[in-house]
Amino acid sequence: MESLRVVCYLNQFFGQLGGEDKAGVGPQIVKGPVGPARAVEQALRGAGTVVATVRCGDNYVAEQTERAVAEMLALVAAERPGLVIAGPAFLAGRYGIACGALCAAVQAKLGIPAVTGMHLENPGVDLYRRQVYIVQTGAEAARMLEDVQKIVALGLRLVRGELLGAPAVEGYFARGVTRHTVVEHNAAERAVAMLTAKLAGQPFASEVPLPDFPRIPAPRLFKTLAGATIALVTDGGLVPQGNPDGIEPLNATRYGAYSIEGKSSLDATQYDNVHRGYDTTYVKQDPHRLVPVDIARELEAEGAIGKLHETVYSTTGVATTLAHSARMGREIAEQLRAAGVDAVILTST
Amino acid sequence: MTPVAVMVGANRIVSAAGIIHPLGNTELSAEDEKALRRRIVEKALQALKTEVAEPTVFTGE
Repeated sequence: MESLRVVCYLNQFFGQLGGEDKAGVGPQIVKGPVGPARAVEQALRGAGTVVATVRCGDNYVAEQTERAVAEMLALVAAERPGLVIAGPAFLAGRYGIACGALCAAVQAKLGIPAVTGMHLENPGVDLYRRQVYIVQTGAEAARMLEDVQKIVALGLRLVRGELLGAPAVEGYFARGVTRHTVVEHNAAERAVAMLTAKLAGQPFASEVPLPDFPRIPAPRLFKTLAGATIALVTDGGLVPQGNPDGIEPLNATRYGAYSIEGKSSLDATQYDNVHRGYDTTYVKQDPHRLVPVDIARELEAEGAIGKLHETVYSTTGVATTLAHSARMGREIAEQLRAAGVDAVILTST
Repeated sequence: MTPVAVMVGANRIVSAAGIIHPLGNTELSAEDEKALRRRIVEKALQALKTEVAEPTVFTGE
């Protein structure tokens, strides 16, 4: 049987082309191992051979990822590898993204197992950990051999089609996959063990990792309210009759932008509510119980606020994923900023 | 729901009148209900004017 053919991917720096001055260099392939690929060869311990090393400048990939990945993919495919190892990229952001993008493409387009390694804070981790096995490494190349050994070991197991254990045990970043397993102790026993460990000040690990909410600094309102444009936004499910944007009653991926131009209040007969997370009877009777256009118009007329923004944004905040919430929030914020809005009152149920 | 808002890091939070009608109260007369709504919106405006360094719940009148 032919020995396992391994192709490595390195950036211009680790690929020994040069520093930032070579970051614009396009993909090229060299026979055999170069730089850290020699460590890969060593870690394979005869279980395979590094037949070629693909290298490419970080900026070349970052500036035209799709094209760069397609070009590298062709180079990789020509070598007919059984395993692709990218990096490790440590804390290098552009490099990490390149490693993730290439591994994802190699798996999806060539059907070949691919592994990379990065530091926890490499942006490539969040971008690609769901698609690619990314082994956790240090921040710098100081322990290159050790990190490469972990990457190679995991890669060889993928080649053999072995089922990998939990991320924390195996040393890769969680891919968000849930798998049923039989455990020795039931949930009550595990919970009590966790509690007693906590009370005793001993380490314990939750089985339900909580999402990490990044702290966002509170912006200051630099204008006076009398000079400011205020917008109304809601996640309480207000929609015009007929729900023209098809906003989902739960698990929303869409939001609507609804004009209130020329309206001093909201006519209940023109609106509906599609939120399926609370009893919407009362806000259907009077939409102002959710979106206070009536009061905001009064405050506008009195000069307490400079202007009420003429568009109300709405979605349903119920079982909405964090990723979609963040995206919708970002898109709405961009539109509000472009329209010259200074501040927002977001009403939530 | 204000503890949730604090947990996720919303910076300026005003307690409103309840989940099923955050800016209303069906037990009040129409006039009183509107006055309640006005107080909540004014409190939100007050919050917008206030500099905060961390998630802050604005309570009281």
